[in-house]
Amino acid sequence: METKQILETIRMIEEEKLDIRTITMGISLLDCIDADGEKVRRKIYDKITRLAENLVRTGEEIESEYGIPIINKRISVTPISLIAGATDEKDYIAFAKTLDAAAKKVGVHFIGGFSALVQKGCHKGDKILIDSIPRALAETERVCASVNVGSTRSGINMNAVRDMGVIIKKTAELTADTQGLGCAKLVVFANAVEDNPFMAGAFHGVGEADVVINVGVSGPGVVKRALEKVKGEPFDVVAETVKKTAFKITRMGQLVGMEASKRLGVPFGIVDLSLAPTPAVGDSVAHILEEMGLASVGTHGTTAALALLNDAVKKGGVMACGHVGGLSGAFIPVSEDAGMIDAVNRGSLNLEKLEAMTAICSVGLDMIAIPGDVPAETISAMIADEAAIGVINNKTTAVRIIPAPGTKVGDTIEFGGLLGHAPVMGVHSFSSADFIARGGRIPAPIHSFKN
Amino acid sequence: MRAILTVIGKDQVGIIAGVSTQLAELKINILDVSQTIMSGYFTMMMMLDLSKAEANFDEIKQALAKKGEALQVQIKIQREEIFQSMHSL
Repeated sequence: METKQILETIRMIEEEKLDIRTITMGISLLDCIDADGEKVRRKIYDKITRLAENLVRTGEEIESEYGIPIINKRISVTPISLIAGATDEKDYIAFAKTLDAAAKKVGVHFIGGFSALVQKGCHKGDKILIDSIPRALAETERVCASVNVGSTRSGINMNAVRDMGVIIKKTAELTADTQGLGCAKLVVFANAVEDNPFMAGAFHGVGEADVVINVGVSGPGVVKRALEKVKGEPFDVVAETVKKTAFKITRMGQLVGMEASKRLGVPFGIVDLSLAPTPAVGDSVAHILEEMGLASVGTHGTTAALALLNDAVKKGGVMACGHVGGLSGAFIPVSEDAGMIDAVNRGSLNLEKLEAMTAICSVGLDMIAIPGDVPAETISAMIADEAAIGVINNKTTAVRIIPAPGTKVGDTIEFGGLLGHAPVMGVHSFSSADFIARGGRIPAPIHSFKN
Repeated sequence: MRAILTVIGKDQVGIIAGVSTQLAELKINILDVSQTIMSGYFTMMMMLDLSKAEANFDEIKQALAKKGEALQVQIKIQREEIFQSMHSL
């Protein structure tokens, strides 16, 4: 084996922060359904703690033997609205607490799937679940919630969009002591995917196997470093460099996923080809875009740079692994990316530009803090805009926004850890209330009728 | 199981002797060695066969890290597959 390649691998891990972002075990809860809520919760707890008993230990073993950090071990479950809907309970807080307890028992960082899929309409369970979200997130630590409000096939459920603005506000208010941290665990999707390993939007789709292992990779630092070596070269070279680097990053995901699957005796699902930043220095997607020649992310050219990056990551990654899935694209969360935070503080990046960027990468307006007094209708309208981008462009989009109580534009809120800190960003002051009050559905786009 | 050992640090007397003695004590066979001085730093790579080793991977890792401290070099051990799979299909 070549000495140069060995040293390159070691450098990528040690200096450029290459890591496996997450191993996520997807667990179906469909066989836990029962009319008796207590019984369902007991079955859920038993199933999760049985199947995921060795997840964390296995992750740590692989980490130690291969010398590659695996940052998070997580669990995603079947959307709880489908499971709890069979009971006659009036709220689903107890289900969230059961998930939280199971997550703590097996030692995972997050458990996703306190979710509802309402792109076309709500059944009883969906409605109750959505109403339970604020308290569920305030009263649990590790549970993540998501709601899918639109899809290319069915259009946008504007009633759900309207409700989610209110739910996000309530969640922020109930978690005001942590500046609205609850909202960091809540994602509103259009075209949500069933095998996403990343939080907070992970859930285990109904089309999935009983239990599966999905892997999400990371490595913005590695791409940045590779591009530093081709300064001033044409974009053909840039694209080729990103592709080659993405290949290597993704190979790590494939290796770790295969190994985890073998050791746990659980089928390997997909590798999510994502560039996921962290607040750590040298782990920023924004800095990759700046390396391409932009003085500060958000300036003219940012969308083109991100489009190239996103596409090249996929092209490089597809060859490197057996099955690609999840969100697969560059993430642009504000609070979790040091370069994005700097750009907002510098005044070069605003919500309008972020919205444009979400049209060509995964996933959406992510980890963005806005003032606490922004009306619910404005938040709903932001969700509607993002959902429209997703539905029309046949891609996943999402909104994870934090109306931090008591803050104003220019303040900074601190989440700590991987969630980082976020500058509070300004939104339009013109009202969207009458628009949101209409409700109903925005029809599916013409190009969804493919049959 | 095969693994790659990398030793990086300031050159001094007895690094190879110290590392290989430790490996022998752990019943680890050295299959291949490559060593060079890169910009003043001692850089060595070894391909190891761990099939006869009695200690588990974590214990081996700890023993080697301790040896590294004594020799004032950084010693890392990683399973071979990570290097193979990153650079080839």
